[in-house]
Amino acid sequence: MTETLPNLVPAIPEIILGCGAMLLLMLGAFRTKDISEGIYSLCVLLLLVAGAVVLFIPGGTQVTFDGGFVFDEFARFMKILTMGASALAIIMSRSYFRAEKFSRFEYPILIVLATAGMMLMISAGNMMSLYMGLELQSLALYVVAAIQRDSTRATEAGLKYFVLGALASGMLLYGISLIYGFTGSMEFTEIAHAATNDHGNIGLVFGLVFLLAGLAFKVSAVPFHMWTPDVYEGAPTPVTAFFAAAPKIAAMAIFIRTMITAFPTIANDWQQIIVFISIASMVLGAFAAIGQRNIKRLMAYSSIGHMGFALVGLAAGSQAGVRGVIIYLAIYVAMTVGTFVCILAMRRSDGMVEDIDDLAGLGKNNPMMGFLLAMLLFSLAGIPPLAGFFGKFYVFLAAIEAELYTLAIIGVLASVVGAFYYLRIIKIIYFDEPAERFVPMASELRVILGVAALFIILFIVYPSPLISAAGNAASSLF
Amino acid sequence: MSGMPILSIVTWLPVLGALFVLSIRGDSEFAAQNARRVALWTTTITFGMSLLLWTEFDTGTAGFQFEEQYSWLGDSITYHMGVDGISMLFIILTTFLMPACILASWTTIQDRVKEYMIAFLILETLMIGVFSALDLVLFYLFFEGGLIPMFLIIGIWGGARRVYASFKFFLYTLIGSVLMLLAIMAIYWQTGTMDIVTLLDKADIPADMQFWLWLAFFASFAVKMPMWPFHTWLPDAHVEAPTAGSVILAGILLKMGGYGFLRFSLPMFPLASELFAPMVFWISVIAIIYASLVALMQEDVKKLIAYSSVAHMGFVTMGIFTVTMQGVQGGIFQMLSHGIVSAALFLCVGVVYDRMHTREIAAYGGLVHRMPVYAFTFMIFTMANVGLPGTSGFVGEFLTLVGAFQVNGWVALFATFGVILSAGYALWLYRKMIFGALEKESLKTITDMNWREISYFVPLIVLTILFGVYPGPVLDVTAMSVENLIENYHAAIDAAHAVVAH
Repeated sequence: MTETLPNLVPAIPEIILGCGAMLLLMLGAFRTKDISEGIYSLCVLLLLVAGAVVLFIPGGTQVTFDGGFVFDEFARFMKILTMGASALAIIMSRSYFRAEKFSRFEYPILIVLATAGMMLMISAGNMMSLYMGLELQSLALYVVAAIQRDSTRATEAGLKYFVLGALASGMLLYGISLIYGFTGSMEFTEIAHAATNDHGNIGLVFGLVFLLAGLAFKVSAVPFHMWTPDVYEGAPTPVTAFFAAAPKIAAMAIFIRTMITAFPTIANDWQQIIVFISIASMVLGAFAAIGQRNIKRLMAYSSIGHMGFALVGLAAGSQAGVRGVIIYLAIYVAMTVGTFVCILAMRRSDGMVEDIDDLAGLGKNNPMMGFLLAMLLFSLAGIPPLAGFFGKFYVFLAAIEAELYTLAIIGVLASVVGAFYYLRIIKIIYFDEPAERFVPMASELRVILGVAALFIILFIVYPSPLISAAGNAASSLF
Repeated sequence: MSGMPILSIVTWLPVLGALFVLSIRGDSEFAAQNARRVALWTTTITFGMSLLLWTEFDTGTAGFQFEEQYSWLGDSITYHMGVDGISMLFIILTTFLMPACILASWTTIQDRVKEYMIAFLILETLMIGVFSALDLVLFYLFFEGGLIPMFLIIGIWGGARRVYASFKFFLYTLIGSVLMLLAIMAIYWQTGTMDIVTLLDKADIPADMQFWLWLAFFASFAVKMPMWPFHTWLPDAHVEAPTAGSVILAGILLKMGGYGFLRFSLPMFPLASELFAPMVFWISVIAIIYASLVALMQEDVKKLIAYSSVAHMGFVTMGIFTVTMQGVQGGIFQMLSHGIVSAALFLCVGVVYDRMHTREIAAYGGLVHRMPVYAFTFMIFTMANVGLPGTSGFVGEFLTLVGAFQVNGWVALFATFGVILSAGYALWLYRKMIFGALEKESLKTITDMNWREISYFVPLIVLTILFGVYPGPVLDVTAMSVENLIENYHAAIDAAHAVVAH
């Protein structure tokens, strides 16, 4: 047997990100001058380069590292989405940190490292690389959550996230070990094979449940959602904006890949669990958000609810369902990024404000921002003709095909309850008497908000590229 | 004219106008005046274009005309538009009422004029879209999309309890509609198409499935209509909405429910429709009598008219579910007539509300002494609301009752009480407001209608009388499509019974 290097081509983007992050870290550490501004730009550039490389990797499914790393259309789509969300998160954080007089060059580098972990997760072909990617991502995220170390809230958020995250990782590992014990393999395809021969083995199902618990924690699905509101509220706003988008995509991607490629043969066993956590997330997200006054906390419950809706597609377990989840996530990223830009712009002369009542009269004070935020909120509520509707449409379409009628009916009713709290914000924006104005938005935030909102509003005009790309991505998993 | 996509032009022209309004800079009075002018021109031109639909319409065929189809969302969901005899007149009604709405808001809306006009223009596009969409998803988009502008119209420019009313309107309608959305998806997986024309041709949906789908569609349309007991959002929304908002609500949005029954429930789920028809009859009768009684007790003008709308919509649902030529024709006619008459009544309320800023009936009295032209106008529409022969209101009620008699005499009997009750509340309202001595200090200086107000009432009066005396043009347009609908309906039911008999 000759030692040959594995095929590195599919993993070039991860290598670029990893090496680039190391280089930038050295640069930041050894330069005596403060060059954090430059490092922000370089990190965005790094993500863009890696994104371009992902686009140009030849098509078709490529497996490398002895099955540990899979690159297919699904991975391509999800990676581009993740890197886009990360790059936007870095750009969005600049004006905030500048205004807070907080300059740390580690922050964008940690985001790049987390992104590298996410990409590894998305491409994971066995349990080992899944766990490695997940931990690389999580460790970076724990630090990022607590990056404002002088703020007690941020530190508390980071600590809470770390302790609960470690617990979830433990459960995940325990699940993996059980699955390995009962199937004799780490690789997804072999697990799928073994599960066929060994149908309904209680030990395997046990492992599956622990694995699901760990993954549900990462996508913040009920009942493993408790960390979300506290972390969202405590972390600095740009960090929350980052948490709400990129890590969710990566976690949902690995969730899908594991279920579809490793356990297709025992779909009945995991489907009922997904149906349960999906319903629980949608319902809890909708009801718990009603009472919130802090907009970041509200967005936390909103994201719990949205993950519940995305899981509706996975519960269907079909190609149409996976396509639905992919479309849902792509639109969700645009909506979340746009909304968080508005939250980042909630700054008065004496600092940031976070109460939803502070948005009062935004429609009069700043008609453009008020209108765009209202459209984003209508879209989050899933009202046509905005893009958010299509996300819900495709996941529920798959659920109806799979004859999951109860799930679908509870889901749409939860979306009506959810509409209530989004409407409440719109009411504050438009119907209430104006409060004090916000200071003008930074120009890069303006651009991001404009692009995100235009995407949401005009999606209906030319939706087919996203729909067909998502269709391709989904079909590569089956 | 065949090469020109008239229907798409009519549908999207208002959005173009909205973009124009958006491009107007500044917040000055001059900019507001420009926004009003652009909106008025846009709606007038749209109305003119939509008349082409009527003149070019071929009354000799039951099929869809002015069809357009482009690929849109994947393979199965297309941008498919077209009209037939059932939908065409609703489009004309929409475009006809819009200029009146803009004129009625000319001086009353002083705050955020640009946004107001944009909301109305976008709403117009969405309403026309509802009546011309021939794809289920496209239909749903238009149907639900209308919630956003209407929510903002009630909430921003509405009265004191506008927040409550706008939330109630939005959430009530949404909850009905999401169930319909699931039903639309179920139809798709059952038949493999979202295309309404294909579905109307051969919708072979099994009976037990029809049962659930019918209920899901009913949830949406019954709320929109609104049918008793799902009507409670309507009085609130009407009372709080600005005048033009009430006009659109009563004139167009309520008609979407009836249109939905005709376009989807009857032809696609004939077996379930037959099964549920008795239930619909009795709900309609309850709506007619109950809403009329409630209207008798109102102290708020707008609320009274709102309850009278619920009663009149009861005639519509009753007529539609008789599935007889007279019943269905009458139902459509009643919807069009009510679209004109109730819209006009809300405009009448708007006229005095603009002067007195109260909707309380008790605050008025003896208006005829100072406002003779207004008294005359109000009288015409009161009579039409009562259903006096010679006005359009009579034709619709009469035809639906004729239809009901053929199917169930008791239903028709009880429904007729509604006609009497409507005379009760409408004439009582008229006497309280218009007749009597002009005693109230505040009313002593009230002025009669100005030319702007008269200008939008004249066409409404003309149509009310014209369609009352000569309903032919309307009934001709709808006849072929309705006949086709009824034939298919009975054919489907006979086929099902034949299977059972074997």
